[in-house]
Amino acid sequence: MSNNSNAALLEFVIRLGDNNLILGHRLSEWCSNGPFLEEDIALSNIALDYIGQTRILYTYAGTLDGGKTEDFYAYERFEHEFTNALITELPNGDYAHSIARQLYYSVFADLLLTELMKSKDATLAGYAAKAIKETAYHLRHAIDWTLRFGDGTEESHQRMQKAIDDLFMYTGDMFATTENEKSLVAAGIAPDVHSLKAAWTKKVESVLKEATLTMPDAATWQMQGSRTNRHTEHIGYIIAEMQYVTRAYPGNKW
Amino acid sequence: METLNPLVWNGTEPELWNIANEVVDPEIPVLTVVDMGIVRDIIREDDNITVKITPTYSGCPAMEMISTDIKSAFQRKGFSNVDIEFVLSPAWTTDWISDYAKDKLEKYGIAPPPRSTADKNAILGKPKEVRCPQCKSVNTVMISNFGSTACKALWRCEDCKEPFDYFKCI
Repeated sequence: MSNNSNAALLEFVIRLGDNNLILGHRLSEWCSNGPFLEEDIALSNIALDYIGQTRILYTYAGTLDGGKTEDFYAYERFEHEFTNALITELPNGDYAHSIARQLYYSVFADLLLTELMKSKDATLAGYAAKAIKETAYHLRHAIDWTLRFGDGTEESHQRMQKAIDDLFMYTGDMFATTENEKSLVAAGIAPDVHSLKAAWTKKVESVLKEATLTMPDAATWQMQGSRTNRHTEHIGYIIAEMQYVTRAYPGNKW
Repeated sequence: METLNPLVWNGTEPELWNIANEVVDPEIPVLTVVDMGIVRDIIREDDNITVKITPTYSGCPAMEMISTDIKSAFQRKGFSNVDIEFVLSPAWTTDWISDYAKDKLEKYGIAPPPRSTADKNAILGKPKEVRCPQCKSVNTVMISNFGSTACKALWRCEDCKEPFDYFKCI
């Protein structure tokens, strides 16, 4: 594989890993803080799925990157080196905000992985075939709670509508692409993420309609940044917390 | 000696597969790693053994322990050069758990996964009939799709009122 295409593949694999790591970290913040036991466990389990997927992806990235370890990508990079979609780094907020984020992200992940299963890269195709089944459970969970909140009490409906509205401006960033990614699409390795947007919109619309919620205006201004490594102010706090121990004891093994 | 899972064993190296079949799942000790379909292949080259295993769920924390346990099982039988190799593809599925293993699960108190429902549409669709492992009623409801481990959901029997774990299909 040429140097350029290797660099493009590495960037793509790391991006997938970063999405999973940052969102997994955010969800892990609900562990022991959930509204009741079953949901505490649900979000912790979903977080565990994400962290596991991160490990698969970072391990693969390491093989493309001169043998770096999974820990390197998670613990030895700074904020501006992370390429996760902005929506994954947003604070959890109330439960409605976390569920809205799960809905937006899981619909995206389901569409992405469906296409990624066809990748000419055997590792990515294998990863996608595995991850899509776990994602189906995440999506089921997000849809069920969206319906419950939207079509629930007056308060739950208000909170859920606010969450849907607040987060919508971060959804466009999930579908941005880079020049490198375009070369991967041409090579049949990565799906054209931008092309998933129409299906995403349709699915989200149908869930929100059933939940008696209003789909935000498609013309809403979108915050961008993940493709140019420009993050929200939240990433710094995540990285500081996540990397504190390894940075305090560099080189230590557990 | 337990029978080797016919859905998974490729018929080669029975001696080696029987060693692997002594390793039980750390969370569900009535099932072996061969029953679960976690062991995909065992290759012997002179004195070197390579055991190929596949993770169940991506984040399953038991995989580290399972790797260690498989290594130990072979080392106890005199094989000093044992390598564990992770394979991702084909994706692990509950379809690989044999009927015999499913019976063991039910007797242990965990409702087993149904057959051939591992595709994503089945997961997104309506829940299947799940039989209470205690009283065998199908008048059961799901409390949460996320239970005590990544692979289990929490259900309750409306007849005998007992909660129970359900091994999720994936």
